[in-house]
Amino acid sequence: MFQRTTPSDISYAVVLRLLAGLGVLILVGPVLIVLITSFTTSAALKFPPPDLSVRWYVELFDRTRSAHIHTAAGNTLWVASVATGLGTLMAVMAALSIARVNRPAARALEASFLSPLILPTLAYGLASLMLFALLGFRPSLYHLVLGHLVVISPFVFRTTLASLTQLDPSLLESSASLGASRFYTFRRITLPIIAPGVAAGAFLAFIASIDNVPVSLFLSNARTSMLPIRMWGMMESTLDVRVAAISGVLIAVILILMIVMDRLVGLTRRMGV
Amino acid sequence: MAIAVPALVAPGQGERVDWRLAAPLGLVYLGLFAGPLLLLIGISFFEDSELAKPGLASWRRFWGDAFYRGVVVDTLRLGLLTVAATTLLAYPLGLVFCASGPRVQKALIFIILLPLLTSVVIRTFAWIVILAREGVINNTLIALGLTSTPLKLLQTELGLVMALTQIELPLMLLPLLTVMRQIDPNLIDASRALGASRWRTFFRVLLPLSIPGWIAGATLVFASACTAFISQSVIGGASLVYLPALIWQQSMVVYHWPFAAVAAVTLLVSVLAGISLFGALERAARTR
Repeated sequence: MFQRTTPSDISYAVVLRLLAGLGVLILVGPVLIVLITSFTTSAALKFPPPDLSVRWYVELFDRTRSAHIHTAAGNTLWVASVATGLGTLMAVMAALSIARVNRPAARALEASFLSPLILPTLAYGLASLMLFALLGFRPSLYHLVLGHLVVISPFVFRTTLASLTQLDPSLLESSASLGASRFYTFRRITLPIIAPGVAAGAFLAFIASIDNVPVSLFLSNARTSMLPIRMWGMMESTLDVRVAAISGVLIAVILILMIVMDRLVGLTRRMGV
Repeated sequence: MAIAVPALVAPGQGERVDWRLAAPLGLVYLGLFAGPLLLLIGISFFEDSELAKPGLASWRRFWGDAFYRGVVVDTLRLGLLTVAATTLLAYPLGLVFCASGPRVQKALIFIILLPLLTSVVIRTFAWIVILAREGVINNTLIALGLTSTPLKLLQTELGLVMALTQIELPLMLLPLLTVMRQIDPNLIDASRALGASRWRTFFRVLLPLSIPGWIAGATLVFASACTAFISQSVIGGASLVYLPALIWQQSMVVYHWPFAAVAAVTLLVSVLAGISLFGALERAARTR
């Protein structure tokens, strides 16, 4: 096992460290740059900022001057909460329906329930707009909930299915053989065991709804505006520095939620790693 | 007792699919996912924006025009370039991850997850600050004396690929790390003990064994980069046109739904074709 260090080994170590360092830099750098920029005093997006202040946060939390941002944030939270609630309920049921079933029908269902994760949801966003418009519906937050429901349910479905596969079937068998009803077994055995997986999935689904662009792009309008679309508008027109302040708030909230979720349900373990 | 058990087990734990439990999400998907996508395909076979005249004119106009064919090629190339760039960074990070202790690993996972959970709009916004004329990269290059005039990075394919690399890198890393972690370290030690260099060990042992994780990551990165509307339109600007911007413009600005539908179906089919290509690569690698 003890070999001499050859020039080739050194080149390997150097290339590896350089690229890994670049990888970490490229992952973290932009997030830090946004955070620092949000505390600028200037009205221009310069980095590094000339001086630090909370000017843009004050502006952001001003009820009258940022009313449209507050409306969009409220809409976004409402849609995310309702869609995550409904999606979690249905995705858990769907995962239960095929757990440990090894038939083509189960594989086909699994693939269809996961398909929105890979299919370009932008095409789906346009398609759902066409459906609602041809049915004569006027754009509303309910349609956004339905659109988001489809694209965020797979997150819950995936983590719940993974938890169910790790569930020891003998637990269910002993519960049943001791006379417990199916629902009692589910409530007292299955649910407590899969709960962390369901919670992690629901968290990812909630974030996916908050961040969603491809569906909101088509289903939201001036009256039902959503935060990411509103931010895009602010970036396209004036490069409003408040975008940096919104980003700062969102990054802080996500960081706190991530740490809480990791403590509660082991989020990092459930991301596949 | 044990013989009676299969009939009594909890919902869904039996041998058959419990359709009653699958029904709610299944019906939602049929009505709100499969339904609209079929409608989209149907609408693409109309010729006018009033949806009165069925025909192939929208398809002919799209594929008969070199500009639109170019948009398709550019979109797929953007996806492939992003896959290449994320691969180049993901492998070294993966190797460092596997060689690190639990504390560093946990920190790295947070570093990977934080951008993933941060809105794409925020990450795109960050790249405007980085790529602008007086942005981070140009200021650094000028300070180091590497260039005297600022480089044009916004509204170029290079700048867009850089931004998308950061935006999509977590999607490549998560599946890749999962697979690389499961590789038996003894195989690497064996390769080294038999005299293979570190480079050779990487290319002949680690790389082939990690292909399934790479395929999963590449699929996600490719699909996501091809459809990254906000990043493409904000960083690419008006000079670089990709399919998502075309779909948006035709449907929400021009209101020509059949033409937008043709572009959307084209995006759907070309991304699916790209994904199955990656799948075929995996099968080829496995049988080799």
